[in-house]
Amino acid sequence: MRGQRILGLAYLAPYIVGLVVFTAMPFLTSLYLSFTSYDLMSSPKWSGLANYERLFTRDRTFLKSLNVTLLYVFITVPLKLAFALFIAAILNYKLKFINFFRTAFYVPSILGGSIAIAVLWRYIFASEGLANMALGTVGLAPVDWFGDPTNALFTITLLRCWQFGSAMVIFLAALQSIDKSLYEAAAIDGAGKVRTFIFITLPLLTPVIFFNLIMQMVQAFQEFNGPYIITQGGPLKSTYLLPLYIYDEAFKKFNMGYASAIAWVLFVIIMGLTLVAFWSSKKWVYYAGDKRS
Amino acid sequence: MANSQTLTDTQVLEDVQAARRVKIGLISATVRYVLLFSVGLVMLYPLIWLIGASFKTNSEIFAGAGFLPESPTLDGYIKGWQTSTPYTFGRFFWNSFLIILPKVIGTAISCTMAAYAFARFEFPLKKIFFVSVIAILLLPNVVTRIPQYILFRDLGWLDSFLPLWVPSAMAGDAFFVFMLVQFLRSLPRDMEEAARVDGANSLQTLVYIVVPMLAPALISVCLFQFMWTMNDFLGPLIYLSSVDKYPVSLALKLSIDTTEAFEWNRILAMSVLTITPALIVFFAAQRYFIEGISAGGVKG
Repeated sequence: MRGQRILGLAYLAPYIVGLVVFTAMPFLTSLYLSFTSYDLMSSPKWSGLANYERLFTRDRTFLKSLNVTLLYVFITVPLKLAFALFIAAILNYKLKFINFFRTAFYVPSILGGSIAIAVLWRYIFASEGLANMALGTVGLAPVDWFGDPTNALFTITLLRCWQFGSAMVIFLAALQSIDKSLYEAAAIDGAGKVRTFIFITLPLLTPVIFFNLIMQMVQAFQEFNGPYIITQGGPLKSTYLLPLYIYDEAFKKFNMGYASAIAWVLFVIIMGLTLVAFWSSKKWVYYAGDKRS
Repeated sequence: MANSQTLTDTQVLEDVQAARRVKIGLISATVRYVLLFSVGLVMLYPLIWLIGASFKTNSEIFAGAGFLPESPTLDGYIKGWQTSTPYTFGRFFWNSFLIILPKVIGTAISCTMAAYAFARFEFPLKKIFFVSVIAILLLPNVVTRIPQYILFRDLGWLDSFLPLWVPSAMAGDAFFVFMLVQFLRSLPRDMEEAARVDGANSLQTLVYIVVPMLAPALISVCLFQFMWTMNDFLGPLIYLSSVDKYPVSLALKLSIDTTEAFEWNRILAMSVLTITPALIVFFAAQRYFIEGISAGGVKG
C-alpha cells in the first residue's frame, strides 16, 4: 500500500503546490501585510494596528463603503434567491417547453458577469434608456437611475437578480427530486397549494436554500464589475462597494498594507456570516432521514 | 382489494375528481405560461434590444424602445472593430483565445489528477487536503489577491498571461476539483479493477478508463472555465498593462473610455461581438451547463 500512498500524493502534487503557493501563503501574507505599511517600493514597515485603527476611526470612505456593501448584499441575495425559487416553483410542472424556458432563463447567467452586459446596463438605465421608456409606457415618471444615490445601487442589484438562472436551476433540480407521494399525502389530508408549499416543499428545499445562500453571499460581497463599469462607485460613493475600494487602494495608490487591512475586514465579515449561517443551519436546515428538523 | 360494488363507486368519484383536476390544472397551466412568458420577455428583451441597437444609427439608439433598426447600418461594427488603438478587435479576440486555451487545458488536466487522487487513493492527510478544497471554495479571492500580485511581480510575470494561466493549471479552481470528485465517486470501479488486473498501471487506467467515463463532467468543467475566463475582467485588469495583450473584456472597457461620447453604436456592436462566442458555446452545449450546475451548484 506504500505505492498507493505515493501515487495518490503524486496525482495531488499540482494541487498541493498550488494550494501552498497561490492560496495558503498569500492568505497568511495578506494578514501580515494588513499590519504594515507597504508601497511596493521599499519593504513593508510594521505599523501594528494602525491600519485598522485608521479604518474604523478616521476613514469615512471606508465606513460609507462598508455600509453600502452590507446594504447591497442584504438586498441582493434574498431578492435573487426569492426570485429564483419563485420561477423554479412555476417551472416545476409538466409544462410543455420547460426546456425552452429553462434555457431562456439561464442565458442571462451565462452573460451577466461579462463587461458587455455591464455596458448594456449603462444604456438601459440611462436617463433616456430602455428602463425609463418602459416606465413611460405604463404612465410612470422617469427615474434618475445614476444621478440619485438611492437608485444607483439598485441598478446593480437588478443586474445580479437578472442572473438568477444558476440558482434557479439548482432549485429546480431539488424540486424535481422531491418524492411525489408526499404531495399526494398532503392532498388527501386536504392541504392547499400554499400550505403544501410552506410545510412540505420549503422544508425539503432548505439544504439547497442554504447552499445557494452561502454561495450567493460570498459572491455578492465581492461584487466588482457591476459598480466598476456601470456606476464607477458613484454618485456620492453610493455604489462604492468594498472590493472597489480595495482595488483603488491597492492597484491605483499602491497602499498594499492598507488595502490588505480592508480585505481582511471584508474577509472576517464574510467568514463571520458564513459561520453564523452554518451554526444556525442546525435549526432550520432539514436533511431527509435526519431526526432533527 | 374491495368488492365490485365499491369499486364502481370509487370509479365514479374518481372520474368527477379527475374532471375537476383537469379544469384546475388548465387554469393553473395558463397562469403559469402567462407568467413565464412575461418574465422571459423581460429577461431577454435587453439582449434582443442590444442586438437590434447595434445595427442602429447613433441618433436612433435612444429614440425609441423598439429593437428593429429603421435604417440598419453596419457602421457600429465597422468602426467599432477598428478601435481607437493601433489594434483591431481581432487582436483582442486572439488574446482572449490565447488566455483561454492553455487555461482550460491546464484546468482539465490538473483537476482530473486531483479528483483521481481524492476519489481512488488513500494517502496521508487526505482528509485535510479535501477540507482545503472546500475551504478554497468558500475563501473570497479578495483576501489573496494582493499577495498574489506581489508574488507575480517578484517572479517577473506581470504583463504576461502567466498569472492568468498558472494558478488554474495547479487545480486552483477548487470548484472543479470538487465537482469531479463527486462525479468520480459515483462511478463504478469494476472497469478500473479489470484494467489493473490486466496489468495497466494507474496512469494508463486514468487515461484509458477514467477519463472517458469522466468525459461529461470534464466537458462541463471546460465549458464553465471557458465562460468564466471569457467574462473575467479583474484578473486581466490587474495583471495586464500593455494594450497589445488585452483580452476582449478589457478592450471593451477601453473603448468606452476612449470612444467619443456619442458613438454608442460602436460600443454596442462590440458588446454584441464579445458575447457571441459565449452564446454560441452555450447553445451548442447547454445540456452540459445545466447538468453541471444541477450536479454541483455553480456561482453566477
